[in-house]
Amino acid sequence: MTRRRLWLGQRLGQWLGPEVVWLLGFLAVVIAGFALLTPRFLTAANFGSVAYQLPELGLLTLAMLIPIVSGGLNLAIIYTANMAGLTLAWVLNAHGGPEAGVLWAVLGTAAAVGVGALSGLIMGLVIAFTGAHPILVSLSMMIFLRGLGEFLTRGGDISGFPDYLKPIGHGAVLGVPVPLILFLIAAFAWHVLLSRTRHGFAVYMIGSNIEAARYSGINTRRTLTLIYTLSGVMAALAGVLMLTRFNSVRVGHGEALLLVTVLACFLGGVDPFGGFGKVVPVVIALVILQVLSSGLNLLGANQHLSTAVWGLFLIAVMIIRFAAREWRRRRKD
Amino acid sequence: MARILRDYPAEVKLFAVLVLISAGLAATAPGFLTLSNLTALLNNSSVNVIWAAGLLVVLIAGGIDISFAVAASVVQYLCVYAFEAVGGGNWAIGFAFAIAFGTALGFVNAALIHWFGIITIVVTIATFNAFFGLLMFITSGRFIYDLPAWWTRRIILWERQAADGSWAEIILPVGIMVLCLAATWILIRHTSTGRQLYAFGDNPEGARRIGISPGAMVFIAFGWCGAMAGIAGLMQVNIVREVVPNALIGRELDVLAAVVLGGARLGGGRGSVTGCVLGVLLVAVTQNGLNLLGISPYAFKMVIGAIILIAISTSGVALVRGRRGAAP
Repeated sequence: MTRRRLWLGQRLGQWLGPEVVWLLGFLAVVIAGFALLTPRFLTAANFGSVAYQLPELGLLTLAMLIPIVSGGLNLAIIYTANMAGLTLAWVLNAHGGPEAGVLWAVLGTAAAVGVGALSGLIMGLVIAFTGAHPILVSLSMMIFLRGLGEFLTRGGDISGFPDYLKPIGHGAVLGVPVPLILFLIAAFAWHVLLSRTRHGFAVYMIGSNIEAARYSGINTRRTLTLIYTLSGVMAALAGVLMLTRFNSVRVGHGEALLLVTVLACFLGGVDPFGGFGKVVPVVIALVILQVLSSGLNLLGANQHLSTAVWGLFLIAVMIIRFAAREWRRRRKD
Repeated sequence: MARILRDYPAEVKLFAVLVLISAGLAATAPGFLTLSNLTALLNNSSVNVIWAAGLLVVLIAGGIDISFAVAASVVQYLCVYAFEAVGGGNWAIGFAFAIAFGTALGFVNAALIHWFGIITIVVTIATFNAFFGLLMFITSGRFIYDLPAWWTRRIILWERQAADGSWAEIILPVGIMVLCLAATWILIRHTSTGRQLYAFGDNPEGARRIGISPGAMVFIAFGWCGAMAGIAGLMQVNIVREVVPNALIGRELDVLAAVVLGGARLGGGRGSVTGCVLGVLLVAVTQNGLNLLGISPYAFKMVIGAIILIAISTSGVALVRGRRGAAP
């Protein structure tokens, strides 16, 4: 019995990568732990709420993933999402609010994605052509977008959207939540982009060694620009989804998720120095984090305690990864 | 003059911009060029400048820290309890405690970075959230007004009445700010440790091979930053006379922006005390000017974000000398 399971584990490991097996094991431990702690955990309602809450965090994490794999970071994702949400909200409000036609929603979404792409494009161009540090560039973009959003909304919310947008945030097709379907499509697209396209290969090369990538004929400037533009597009989609989920938009909404997206990437085995990282383990890491978050909620942890837990958990994950690296290195010697 | 231009291009440009903005404000905003406004600017900037001095050392050593403002809040609460425990305390005890607590928090960052090889931005994002979450959770967000009298007493170092009857004054935090700047300047310019910090920031592996201890550099840089954060926390209480757990969160980004404007580079090996003071002053003068011109305070962050974005894009262009490289 044990031998067979080991064999299955190894096959799974070869197919999906060793980290996936570890993460699935960890997920099982987390679920078992919360199931023992609170009877309300193993219920359809709880898993339903996990399935509806995961996608917005998931899309933001995908937006964070490609910059990290390329050896950078995009700290502006949350405010890019907010600005994209605001764009759609303004388009809808300018054309009747709750009575706005479907055409305006489509145009508004296109405009929202355009805004996200534009903010990413600017960051990408600055990073690619001036050699400025991605942390710094995205940080100043974050300060700028937050300021712009607060200036335009005066810190208030915008709400009042057509009813036909609700199913995108709250509906289900054959029992599968619509946001989850959207997220899975986006994750699959990102997986294909990273593992099957020239651009994906160039992203890994740049993350490993940008100079070597340049000398081997990769157009690093174009790749970097595209990386941040795509990151902006994904953040904008997250912003549109957040609008349909909460039926309102406010600048600063989802601020606390920035840390969690970084955490999800590193828990999912992405190398913080760039060059390595896959979509599938990151998606499993997202499920773990969302389950943890709902479990903490059910146990009655308040918002600040959760913030502290996320911070400490990120440190723990990084220490465990360090220990695993050391252990592998020693075994090799 | 040519040497200054070559060695300190960011500082010279920044100084020119600061002079231009100040001249513009002096012409358009009537309240700007008055002694009381300028001293108020200095008083209000003192805490940011102290932080900036600490952050400068971390940036020179090739790191980044976004946890210092939250660390300062933690130090404030620890100080309140520590002063109670020792029966009130005084300025000497106050500085000793603030520096000790601040350094300890800086060492937490340093330990995680050095012993576990974690990338600095990730460590400080994590400690930023851990410090703030625990602080809010443990204190339940409670404000504290009942503070030792010595701590909240306004100490005026210099004052003068202007012709229109308004008082211009310089308070204690400005004096402490000058001392912190002097100490940081001596550390980075006049000690061998300072030269090692620059070398380590510019090329960690090269520095290690000529015998510089990476561990010592990381602990010194983050310890210094933590100590400055502690002192800044102590001074902020002296100015506002209350301890509020979420009063300082968010200011780390303004300070980081200011220090980077002042020519310090993410990636290490560059930065000066003059530049970091000019950077903080530029941000403060811009904010002050926008206020005096009656422009919405909501616009301020947007303007600052745009200024940094423009500054880093143009400084990169002007400073590239055969060196290229984008990602870290």
